[in-house]
Amino acid sequence: MDWQPLWLTFKLAIITSLILFVIALPLAYWLAFAKFKGRGFVEAIIGMPLVLPPSVLGFYLLLAFSPTYWFGAWIENMFGLRLVFSFPGLVIGSVIYSLPFMVYPLRAGLQSLPASLREASFTLGKGRWETFYKILLPNCKSAILSAFVLTFAHTVGEFGVVLMIGGNIPGVTKVASIAIYNEVEALNYSGANQYALVLFAITFVILLVVYSVNNRLLRV
Amino acid sequence: MEIDLEAQQGSIVAVTGPSGAGKTTLLRQIAGLVSPDSGHIKFGNTVWLDTSAKILQSPQLRAIGFVFQDYALFPHLTVRENLLYALEKGKNPAIVDELLTAVELTQLTDRKPAQLSGGQQQRVALARALVRRPDLLLLDEPLAALDHTMRRRLQEYLLKLQQQLGFTMILVTHDLGEIFRMAHQVVVLENGKVVKYGSPSEVYLPENEINDQLTVYGEVLTCIINNDHLLVSALIQQSIRTIKLPLHWISEMSPGRSFALRYSMDTPQIELIN
Repeated sequence: MDWQPLWLTFKLAIITSLILFVIALPLAYWLAFAKFKGRGFVEAIIGMPLVLPPSVLGFYLLLAFSPTYWFGAWIENMFGLRLVFSFPGLVIGSVIYSLPFMVYPLRAGLQSLPASLREASFTLGKGRWETFYKILLPNCKSAILSAFVLTFAHTVGEFGVVLMIGGNIPGVTKVASIAIYNEVEALNYSGANQYALVLFAITFVILLVVYSVNNRLLRV
Repeated sequence: MEIDLEAQQGSIVAVTGPSGAGKTTLLRQIAGLVSPDSGHIKFGNTVWLDTSAKILQSPQLRAIGFVFQDYALFPHLTVRENLLYALEKGKNPAIVDELLTAVELTQLTDRKPAQLSGGQQQRVALARALVRRPDLLLLDEPLAALDHTMRRRLQEYLLKLQQQLGFTMILVTHDLGEIFRMAHQVVVLENGKVVKYGSPSEVYLPENEINDQLTVYGEVLTCIINNDHLLVSALIQQSIRTIKLPLHWISEMSPGRSFALRYSMDTPQIELIN
């Protein structure tokens, strides 16, 4: 069995989750506490990947990444990077595709904290940033964990977007879900089964560990 | 809301009134947690808020301590860490131990808030609010959730600390006893307006109106005939009292009935309410 698609899948999921965490934290804080006009618009944009068929998202990303259009051409000129059918392109696509899975649990976690925690910190002379990372974040560990698990799982399960913008290049963009599809197409059911079984087992173990940790967090 | 008030530095002011009167909002505006559409707040010589001059100091810059109704202790930090968090950078941490001693929490410094009783949590919240040595301590119904004994003890802590440290104190409360025991001035709010302001005696004890009778309202729980009189146990202001009454009142004193007892100088009277 070729382990490369599995390795690629988890590499993609980990990188995507980490990047998204950094992007989603300020976004979640902003959505949770800021008062601004056009909130509905921002929320709709962030929520789009939840409802949009992956092939639609993938199609537009394919156009955007393609060097024959201005964005792809600009990226290629600026950074010498071709995003289409490449791993970096896959990462960007996954980040966009999984954005709501990171933002929503984080925002819910922040909003579920009593407002008085934040206010108490303010009246103790602490600014927004210090309040955020010393008081709010440590008290929504459970939400952070959920956000990571959901994002990770969603990226592992990605298929449509990857197929559109990544194609099927072994070692570069051929992730496990694509590999399974390929094996089935080739009528090699036992090959597909191997990938599927490993994915199944690893995903289950990850969830098992995460929720055990989560239960311990909640008990404190 | 329309409020115009002035408080003496170093005094204790109680704010009271029905729920929805704007007590908490007033407190939060003084703290800077919310800002009014227009207004002016001055503390000593510092302007905290002046909407006409576009001055708005953030809560961080106001020299306040705030004790929240739900205590707002940081759940992930121990008692000591809750206090240390409030300590400004470079300040002497000795104050933390002083305050922990003052509120008698030295035994519990390594506990998390969830492992403390309500009264203990309240003392932590109080001590934490005082770490920065505020000039003004704001308390939002701090003792409402505590039982009578605990409340009395915390009132004593508060008075002791206030005398030691000399801060000005504004507290929201519903408890008349608390107002008389603690406050120099009391503000009665109704619908966002000050309806009464003055010392507790001025506000609550009208002059030239000494009563020669006292009325007590109650609900009959049991009624027993005992020789030549009745023993009636009744719920009077949330405590059960047993009173001796003349035998001929037996028909009025059936369990569940509400009554008003009037003790006057001459003869006790009873009146049934329903």
